[in-house]
Amino acid sequence: MAAPFDLNDDSVVVIIGTGAGGGTLGNELAQKGISVVALEAGGRYLPQDFINDEWDSFGQLAWTDTRTTSGEWRVSRDFKNLPAWIVKAVGGTTTHWAGASLRFQDHEWKARTTYGDVAGANLMDWPIDPREIDSFYTRAEEKMRVTRTGGRPGLPGNNNYKVFEAGAKAIGKMEVSTGHMAINSDETGDRMMCQQTGFCFQGCKWGAKWSTAYTEVPEGEATGNMEVRERAHVARILHDASGKVTGVEYFDKDGNLQMQKARIVCVAGNSFESPRLLLNSASSMFPDGLANSSGQVGRNYMRHVTGSVYGIFDKPVKMWRGTTMAGIMQDEAGHNPERGFVGGYELETLSLGLPFMAAFMDPGSWGREFTTALDSYENMAGMWIVGEDMPQESNRVTLNMDVKDQHGLPVANVNFSDHPNDIAMRDHAFKTGMAMYEALGATRVLPTPPYPSTHNLGTNRMSANAADGVVDKNGKAHDVPNLFISDGSQFTTGAAENPTLTIVALAIRQAEHIAAEMSRGNI
Amino acid sequence: METTTSPKGMTRRQLLSRATAAGATFVVGAGFIAAPDAAWAVEMKALSPETFATLTQMARDIYPHDKVADEYYATAVQMYDTNEGAEGIEAGIAGLNEAAREAGFDSYLGTLWEADRVKILRSMEDTDFFQQIRSGLVTGLYNQKAIWPIFGYEGESYSQGGYINRGFDDINWL
Repeated sequence: MAAPFDLNDDSVVVIIGTGAGGGTLGNELAQKGISVVALEAGGRYLPQDFINDEWDSFGQLAWTDTRTTSGEWRVSRDFKNLPAWIVKAVGGTTTHWAGASLRFQDHEWKARTTYGDVAGANLMDWPIDPREIDSFYTRAEEKMRVTRTGGRPGLPGNNNYKVFEAGAKAIGKMEVSTGHMAINSDETGDRMMCQQTGFCFQGCKWGAKWSTAYTEVPEGEATGNMEVRERAHVARILHDASGKVTGVEYFDKDGNLQMQKARIVCVAGNSFESPRLLLNSASSMFPDGLANSSGQVGRNYMRHVTGSVYGIFDKPVKMWRGTTMAGIMQDEAGHNPERGFVGGYELETLSLGLPFMAAFMDPGSWGREFTTALDSYENMAGMWIVGEDMPQESNRVTLNMDVKDQHGLPVANVNFSDHPNDIAMRDHAFKTGMAMYEALGATRVLPTPPYPSTHNLGTNRMSANAADGVVDKNGKAHDVPNLFISDGSQFTTGAAENPTLTIVALAIRQAEHIAAEMSRGNI
Repeated sequence: METTTSPKGMTRRQLLSRATAAGATFVVGAGFIAAPDAAWAVEMKALSPETFATLTQMARDIYPHDKVADEYYATAVQMYDTNEGAEGIEAGIAGLNEAAREAGFDSYLGTLWEADRVKILRSMEDTDFFQQIRSGLVTGLYNQKAIWPIFGYEGESYSQGGYINRGFDDINWL
């Protein structure tokens, strides 16, 4: 049967979310002839709709439904209802992401074995070996047209990169380049070449950056096997007496409750909404939430060790011009415990426009210490830290029963505090970044605290044993035979790399698994 | 206070004849505040002109940029000049003036040195009123496109074809 599908069609795979995980999985299944209904909480915005303006774009794309926060992280003080800057739209956060597409390092798949027992950390090895994922990484890179893979050239360096590269080399760093970016560096393929416009975070108006909104989703729809329902907010996953899921209840664009039957349900709503949905789907059979016999649903929330360094120089940089994040220094990415912490970090170029710089440079700060830095905005260069943070059981997403969303559903509360390893790593990264700019004669350097999260990971983690996590090596729930997790919440550990390429590789791999199991009649 | 006199169309002499000095940088008249040289004027909808002038000075003292003219600070605080919000703002500014008097000055606007005004603001920075004004200014001031060129920020670039042919890599001092 071709799309659109009937609410009572129980042969479809329902996918919740259309971002890097859900959008990719939907297309991969549709290409194999499998019927897919993708339920997307947001609306559809395409390159012609994107806005080269930070606050206007935020209003268009960002997920601003209420969430609450707790814990010691500064985000909970400065942005107490905005724990993350992620997107509610077809394409999810692939509209907003910067495009950095890095493979995990081999040892990062085995964090517990490599790092040993880290006090207070809930470390575990992924139940996947690095060689098992290689071919899926390659397929993801081809799909996303990642630079410096498959013979594609790197992007040219912009002003901010040139400062970054010169600073890195001035302090003896070797692994510096414009990186692996899912942004077209040439005119081949269906997407345009990068026009160095800036505003990568606001949605690429040229479509040069890979986003499922205008690649995977329309490709899947073109098969006739995939239907995307926009502004469909899933409230609950339903199951039968045998413990198999049977469909989902969702609020449609008019706020009416609908029920879509399903053969399989795949959850890809990001690391806040996916565990929230499982917890909100509690029943007499699953009193602690669906797929939560381990008690790990919502736990081990990771957001990467982040932070920024801005350097102010006596001459203009104009960091906002050109590709926002085409610049990386990887000398510190490896595991070298002599530095005083386990795991590693990347430094990547980053810029914010003046309005967001004012909001995020030092939230809450005021007076001349703050404003004299902004006075030098034109002379600023910027970089961002992406490092592996420690999974901790107490860093978790729970339901806040006192706060309800527009549909009357309890919202997610996000509790987070840094692990000592996170603090030691951030301090090291701040010093490295500051040294890069100081080596070039920066007159002032600003170690800037983490922004609301963009990399949200780990809250339905993958484990070999059902007691330790929520899903198995294929992303299938340990407790439910036809329920899958298809987003970054299945990450066992976070590694030091921007997560999107790995989410896409896992989605391609999961599609193979689901298709094989369906054809065998196992699900 | 509703506007009864429009400063628009008045000559500088006419405007100044209807106004009195408020602090060092503003004049206030019936329903408006203006620059002492009448280069700009803002009409009030609900706040008293004295309160609005004090609020404008407070905005500059929170986020002081010497290259940004008072007009932009006045524009930034216009969001507080509403019928619903005026009572709270008047009360907050009354508290600010009280804090100035406790520090030995006639009023907040009568506190001549920025450092003294900043001390007064520091003493009240944890109040809801201060945080309301400060947090509103983050967008009220910095999201005014008119001030972006003062900082060198170029804003939207798509309509000009991005920077691929307009200097994305034109840095020349490295």
